[in-house]
Amino acid sequence: MDNNVEITLTVNGQEVSRRIPARTNLVDFVRYELELTGSHVGCEQGVCGACTIRVNGDIVRGCLMLAAQADGATVETIEGVSDSSEIADLQRAFHERNALQCGFCTPGFLLTAQELLAQNPSPSRDEIRAFISGNYCRCTGYQAIVDAIERVAGERQAAE
Amino acid sequence: MKPAPFAYVRALTLDQVFDLLDEHGDDARILAGGQSLMATLNLRLSAPEVLIDINHIEGLSSIELKDGKVRIGALVRHSEVAASPIIAEHAPLVAKAVPHIAHQAIRNRGTFGGSIAFADPAAELPAVSRAVGADFVLQSRSGTRTVAANDFFLGLFETARQPDEILIAAEIPVIPGNEKTAFTELARRHGDYAIIGVAAQGGVNGGSFSDMRLAFFGAGDRPILALAANAALEGKPYSEAAVAAAQDALDADLDPMEDLNGPAAMKMHLARVITARVLAELAE
Repeated sequence: MDNNVEITLTVNGQEVSRRIPARTNLVDFVRYELELTGSHVGCEQGVCGACTIRVNGDIVRGCLMLAAQADGATVETIEGVSDSSEIADLQRAFHERNALQCGFCTPGFLLTAQELLAQNPSPSRDEIRAFISGNYCRCTGYQAIVDAIERVAGERQAAE
Repeated sequence: MKPAPFAYVRALTLDQVFDLLDEHGDDARILAGGQSLMATLNLRLSAPEVLIDINHIEGLSSIELKDGKVRIGALVRHSEVAASPIIAEHAPLVAKAVPHIAHQAIRNRGTFGGSIAFADPAAELPAVSRAVGADFVLQSRSGTRTVAANDFFLGLFETARQPDEILIAAEIPVIPGNEKTAFTELARRHGDYAIIGVAAQGGVNGGSFSDMRLAFFGAGDRPILALAANAALEGKPYSEAAVAAAQDALDADLDPMEDLNGPAAMKMHLARVITARVLAELAE
C-alpha cells in the first residue's frame, strides 16, 4: 500500500494541498510543510500541551492527530489567532504579567486559555488551573499564567 | 520520536473496515480518537502497516436514550459525553468520571469506544462501565453481539473483542431511583493517569448499602470489580465498621502492580483511603 496521502485543508484561512507521508502528525505538518513554527513539539505523547492546535474550532494535541485526519478540516494555529487579533488581550496580559519566560509553552497556553474563556467566561482560579492542567510550563510556576487569564476574563466581562 | 511508516485509509462504512481487517489482519490497527494509539505509535511501541481511520463512519457518534438504556456510540468524544444532558441525568457516574479523563484538548478527540476497546487498566471508563453494568455492542460481517462489561476485560489491554469485530456502542442501564454514585481518583496532576481510582454505584436504601459496585482502576491488569468489598457492604448501614470491613476485603480483590508512582503496598493503602472517601460520599 501507498504510505503517502494527499490532503487538502484550510490553515489560518488559506487552503493548502500537499502530498505527505501518512505518518506525519499535524504539528509536524504545520511546522515543516507550512513553516508555521509557532506550534511547538515537546513530548510527542500528549502530555505537555506545547503542540496545541485548533481543528474545526476545538483545541487538540497536534502530536496525537495525523495531518491525514485533518484532510478537509479547518485548522488554526497560534499564527492565525495572533494575526486575527483574536487573542491580542491574552497576549498583552501574558506579557504584562510576566506569564512567560522562555516562551516554549506559551502558544499552547494561549490557545487553551482562549478555549476556556469561550466555554466559561468567568472561571474561578481553581477552574483555570484545572483547565490548563494539560499544559506544562517549566519557567513560571503557573501563578502568573493564572493571573493573566483571570485578568482577561474580567476585562472581557467588563467590556460586554 | 516519529512513528514507523504506515498506510492510512479513511473508511466510510463498516463493511469497508471489515474488508480491510480481512485483508490485513494483525498488521492493521483501527484509529478512533487516537489519543492512546498515536502516543504508542510515536514511541514505536507498535508499528502497524495500515491505520484504518473510522472517524468518518456515520451512525457511531450519537448518545441516545432508549428502552431504559443510554446508548453511547463508539465515536462519541469525551467532551460530548461531558456536555450531554442525557448522560448527566441518566448515567451520572459517567458524567462524574469524564472530567478526570486527561485534558480538554485530549477530551476533544478521544472517544468512548476507543477507551473501552483499548482497555487500559488505569483508564476511567473501563472501570466505570463495570460499576454501571454496561454492555458493549460488537459488530462483525456476520452480525452484532453484546458482551457485558463484566465479561469484556480479559487482561492487560486484552478484551473479548475478536480480530474481525469492531466495538460500535456501549449501552448503560438508566440509573435506578434508589442508586447513588461516587467517583474519585488520585493523580499527581489533574488529568494524568490515576495512581489508583474507584468508581462506585449502588443502592443506598434507608441508609443501608445494597448491590454496591465498587470498580477500581490502576489496581491490577484490568478494571476490577471489588467483589469481596462489595459483598462486605451488603445490607450494612454506613459506619466505621462497615468501611473497615470493605477496606479489609480489598486484599482479596485487588492486585496492584508496582510502577513509577510507587510500590504495590502504597497502592493498597491508597485503595483503602479512596474506599473510605467514596463510601462517605455515598452515605451523605
